[in-house]
Amino acid sequence: MKNLEEFQREVGSTGAVAVQGGQTHWDVGGILGDGVRLVSPPAGIDSFNPSEMTVAVNAGTKIEDLNNELSTHGQEVGLEGPNGSTVGGALVVGRNSIRKNRIGSIRATLLQAEYINAQGKIIKAGGPTVKNVTGYDLCRLLVGSLGTLGLIGQVILRTRPLPEENIWLEGEVFPQKVRETCFRPSSLLWDGRTTFVQLEGYGLDVNSEASKLKKLGFRERGKECPIQIPEFRHPFISDSNLQEGVVDVYNSIHYCSREPRALEHSEEVLLLGRRMREIFDPERRLNPNRDPYKAGP
Amino acid sequence: MAVNLLKRLTKREPDDRLFEDLCRDIGPEKVSRDGASQLLYSRDGSTFPGGVPGVVCSPETTDQVISCVKAANRYNRSFVPRGAGTGLAGGAVPCDAPIVISTTKMNAILEIDLDKQFAWVQPGVVNLDLTNALKGSGFHFAPDPSSQQSCTIGGNVANNSGGPHCLAYGVTNAHVLAVEVVLPDGTLVLLGDTSEHTSGYDLRGAFVGGEGTLGVATRIAVRLTPDPPSIRTLLLDFMDVEDAAQTVSAIIASGIVPAAIEMMDQRIVNVVENFVNVGYPTDAAAVLIVEVDGLEDGVKLEVEAIEEIAVTHGARSVRVASSEEEREQIWKGRKSAFGAVAQVKPGYYLHDTVIPRTKLVEVLRNVYQIADKYELIVMNVFHAGDGNLHPLLIFDPEEQGIMERVFSAGEEIVQASIDAGGVLSGEHGIGLEKKGFMEKFFTQDDLEAQRLLKKAFDPDERANPFKVLPSGASCSEVNHLKQLPDGTWI
Repeated sequence: MKNLEEFQREVGSTGAVAVQGGQTHWDVGGILGDGVRLVSPPAGIDSFNPSEMTVAVNAGTKIEDLNNELSTHGQEVGLEGPNGSTVGGALVVGRNSIRKNRIGSIRATLLQAEYINAQGKIIKAGGPTVKNVTGYDLCRLLVGSLGTLGLIGQVILRTRPLPEENIWLEGEVFPQKVRETCFRPSSLLWDGRTTFVQLEGYGLDVNSEASKLKKLGFRERGKECPIQIPEFRHPFISDSNLQEGVVDVYNSIHYCSREPRALEHSEEVLLLGRRMREIFDPERRLNPNRDPYKAGP
Repeated sequence: MAVNLLKRLTKREPDDRLFEDLCRDIGPEKVSRDGASQLLYSRDGSTFPGGVPGVVCSPETTDQVISCVKAANRYNRSFVPRGAGTGLAGGAVPCDAPIVISTTKMNAILEIDLDKQFAWVQPGVVNLDLTNALKGSGFHFAPDPSSQQSCTIGGNVANNSGGPHCLAYGVTNAHVLAVEVVLPDGTLVLLGDTSEHTSGYDLRGAFVGGEGTLGVATRIAVRLTPDPPSIRTLLLDFMDVEDAAQTVSAIIASGIVPAAIEMMDQRIVNVVENFVNVGYPTDAAAVLIVEVDGLEDGVKLEVEAIEEIAVTHGARSVRVASSEEEREQIWKGRKSAFGAVAQVKPGYYLHDTVIPRTKLVEVLRNVYQIADKYELIVMNVFHAGDGNLHPLLIFDPEEQGIMERVFSAGEEIVQASIDAGGVLSGEHGIGLEKKGFMEKFFTQDDLEAQRLLKKAFDPDERANPFKVLPSGASCSEVNHLKQLPDGTWI
């Protein structure tokens, strides 16, 4: 199995390179482009410490494989993606799960990263403990960076306890009513007419919260999300007229079939972001044709 | 030492014109350089002897902060943003005779949006004032550092502050949605947004915890967390410190993430009990305060599970607070700990490292041995649930040679934490205190990568110099250069 040093040699210190994960979000922030050498990070779990609630894992590991292993100890990790998504891929794309209320934001999931920088050196960012303010937090920059500041090889992630119970309910009630009724549901989706709620936690708690929702007219819909979530993500503006698609209320994301657009950023933010990239990768060799500022929300 | 900084140290404008400019730009009543202000702003809550502020400014608006930063640029001076100055790592100690930008007068809660669960505040809002303003709303601001009665939210942002309840809810970074920042070149920029859309680099996340070295926060959007419907607080007591530590590990290993797990050893329990008399068992070797919250049934299950784990691991008794008053009493003891130690000795040095939770037993044993070796009294009161140690070294500062022993013991405690797989700081930050230890944890290449982040925000090294990253000069060396007659160019 490939290790971090072999990945370092593969990346080298010259020439344009792009890192390949599961290719489930391959065109986010720009296409690969010509003359770019593809590299792959190592895969596999390095060490899982259930009583510490952390796991050290290689970036090329599939999220599904990781969660299968963690589930044997009643844990999971706050990363999500379509089948084939990798740990490193999910981190650099940086999108929050619809279950963010339960599993935490993706930015809070990454505790430590070892990445290969533009000069081909291994750099450690963050630290292995669940709490850490030792120096500048480079991990924050890596999440959502589309691999433009460094190529992640290995990470230490925070894990979460798996819920004992999980159910979805749906009802023709505004999402706000659910927020007023329930304490932190895991997911809250709305298609303009129907609200879909996911409750997770202890069985007794889930049942009592579900009872409250049923009094409002909600119906149980099993353990899987009862609605197909469209592919493309847009920011949800609360007063916008919902013609189609589904809104993830907690993340303010509107999933629909319209082609995604880049979010608008101020000139000052773009300038600072551009400076960050130029300083980290002066020759622009890391995922050169991708731009985090051209990615949607 | 960095070239830019060296230039500034050797070619500095005298203060008079800078002072006049600042008086003109933000109003003379907001600018001072008299002896009292020089003394007041020369240090923070740490043991570091005073730095030397150049001019002290107390702006009331974002525009006035911009004026201060632009003046720093015009006169090629450094600046130091400052909240309440409660920091314990020397982060607000002024080095290089900077303009001190105190944000304590920017203390308005600008907007509370309960529907979207955020509030916009100015940086000088005191942490507890926001909590009090939210009482009865069904929401709260989760970070609750021990200094919450006086520390500001701007300071919390700079230090990425924690507190007992960060175990379940996360530290400040998880509760800051957006922050308006005056960059070190005077540019105003809004990092992040209240809807938490992720696009572009997370510059907001990089700024939080920047210890004032990346710019000045002038407006902050904080997350409001729903109040849990049910809260239970337990006081567990043990006749052996190691049993208490193993109980902490066992609770986490069981898959329960309590809102807080705090540990206090016998020495601190005794001084606290003598100070506030809240009913702690003074013959116990250690007590744990465990708080769980959430929905009613789950909380009951977790209380039962924790009771069982504690008894299995040797707890002598388990007390579950039966009323809000009793819960407050239990917490009152914990929150009074630092004040209470003055009964023993007039001075203390509070350390802050984080270790893997499974190494608590081993590292605590080391901490006691290190204190014994240096003939110091150590008391342990800390956030055990996330492995965040706070060994408290108690001493009389008048005692000859005591500080050398305190610092040596501190360094060994840091090393023991790193050897156990831990990190330098969990919530106090690096500041001046630990920048010399950064090489114990990071390689030169790692540190160089962190310098790049600093460089992108602050290419001229104008914001809070000599902090966080190791450099060729210490603050005291820089301030020594400043011990020259007024107006002298150095």
